[in-house]
Order: sequence, then C-alpha cells, then structure tokens
Amino acid sequence: MIQTFFFYYLAAASLLSAVLTIALRNPIHCGLGLLSLLFHIAGFFILLHAEFIAAVQVIVYAGAILVLYLFVLMLLNLKTEDHYLHRRYAYFLFFGLLMAGQAFWLLLHSPFAGVPGDTTVEKVVSFGHSRAVGMVIFNEYFLPFEIIGVFLLGAIIGAVVLTKERPAGVGGGQP
Amino acid sequence: MIPLSYYVVVSSLLFVIGVLGVLIRRNFIIILMSVEIMLNAANLNLVAFSSYLDSMAGQIVALFVIAIAAGEAAVGLAIIIVVFRGKIATNVDQINLLKW
Repeated sequence: MIQTFFFYYLAAASLLSAVLTIALRNPIHCGLGLLSLLFHIAGFFILLHAEFIAAVQVIVYAGAILVLYLFVLMLLNLKTEDHYLHRRYAYFLFFGLLMAGQAFWLLLHSPFAGVPGDTTVEKVVSFGHSRAVGMVIFNEYFLPFEIIGVFLLGAIIGAVVLTKERPAGVGGGQP
Repeated sequence: MIPLSYYVVVSSLLFVIGVLGVLIRRNFIIILMSVEIMLNAANLNLVAFSSYLDSMAGQIVALFVIAIAAGEAAVGLAIIIVVFRGKIATNVDQINLLKW
C-alpha cells in the first residue's frame, strides 16, 4: 500500500529531523532540520486529505516563519559553542522523560472516540478543500478569525516597538 | 487506511522531542524552534482527529495555531534581538537579571 509506505517514510523523516533540530551544535543546521520537519508535516497533511492546511504550512511556516528564524540567526552571528547544552541537562532530561512516560501512559488509557461530523472526504473532494475550509471559517468561526487578526496586529506593533532604537535623551536610551 | 493511533503516537513523540529541546538547550533561538516543534505536533494531532472524525473544526484550529506561531516567532525574535543588543548573551542560563 502506497499510503502505508508514505506514512512510515514521513514518520521516520519527521522524527529524525526533530531530533536533529534539538541535537545539532550549529544553530543554522538546527534551522535546516526544522525546515525538513515542517515539509514532512505538510506531507502528513496531504496524506490526511487536508490540502489547504498543507499549502498554508509550506507558505507560512516554511516560507515566512523559518526565514525569520534564519534571518535573525544570521543577523546575530552566533558562534558555535562547546557547551551548547544546559549545565544540568541530565537532571532536566530525567524529568522530561518522566513527563513523556506519563503522557504515554495517559494516551494508552484514553478512548479515541468522538462524535463524527458531516464533512466526509467525498464531500470535501467534490467541491474542493479550500472552499470547505472557507465555508466553515467564515460562517462558524468568524469571531475567532477576527480575533486572530487583532492578535497579529498586536504582534506586529509589539515587534516593531521592541526592536526600535530610541534616541538617547528622548526615551532614555536602551529599554 | 492507517489507524488513527499511529498519528497520535507520531505526534506525541514529536511533542516529547520539543519538550526535551526546551529543557536541555541553552540557546534561546533553539528553544523557540523547539516550541515550534511542539506546535507542529499539536497541529498534526488536530488535523488527524479532524480527518478521521469527518469534521472541519480541527483543521480551522490548526490554521489558528499557525497564525499564533507566526506572532510568537515575531515577538520572541524581537525580544532576543533586544537582549542581544544589550550585550547580554543569548543563552537562557545567563539571562538572570530578574533572579535574586
């Protein structure tokens, strides 16, 4: 089955690139690992018949957010350090793995059931996934959509105000 | 058809990797990248459940999560640029002015 093959490929590649993202020494290489992870997650979305979300993932995540990360990394010109892990990382690793064990235990004991909706795959395929998303987002989820717009405006203003150089004497130099 | 639990296993493994990245790395930018890994794991879970339960709601929430990740990245990177300009290092264990 080609779907099964693609699922296993995407799972292995995304887990590997996530591990590389947190384990590599050079921050630029970590960013490239994150890029690979984002593309493979987009592949998962295509496998799940969510083509519009996959396109948004590639355009917004891999195209905009990751470029912002790489831009800041190159702007700051970070040196590769010898001690790139936290001093007491073994301590934190222990508690992280403990938390992971608890999460898996809870997953094993939780039911995977729910009330099925009415948007079946055949229905979505018949009039296109973008239209299906648009119909839901502009009818049922219109208020959250507008709130997201206000949130993004706040994020823009916050980023500009934070990074603005203030002239000495007016605002009191460095914030 | 791949069972839904396989997707849940992959996304929970990704989430755990993100948590470990936040806990063990020193560089602030890598920590933000680990947060992105966690958001992606949540997105994968949302879209998988939405697809298997024939509902559109999870995919809409995944879109909102992507928008919130964009805002978080912009503000987080602005903060790290300000901290770096103030001659404080970008390692989180050296940013300790508020600690007493």
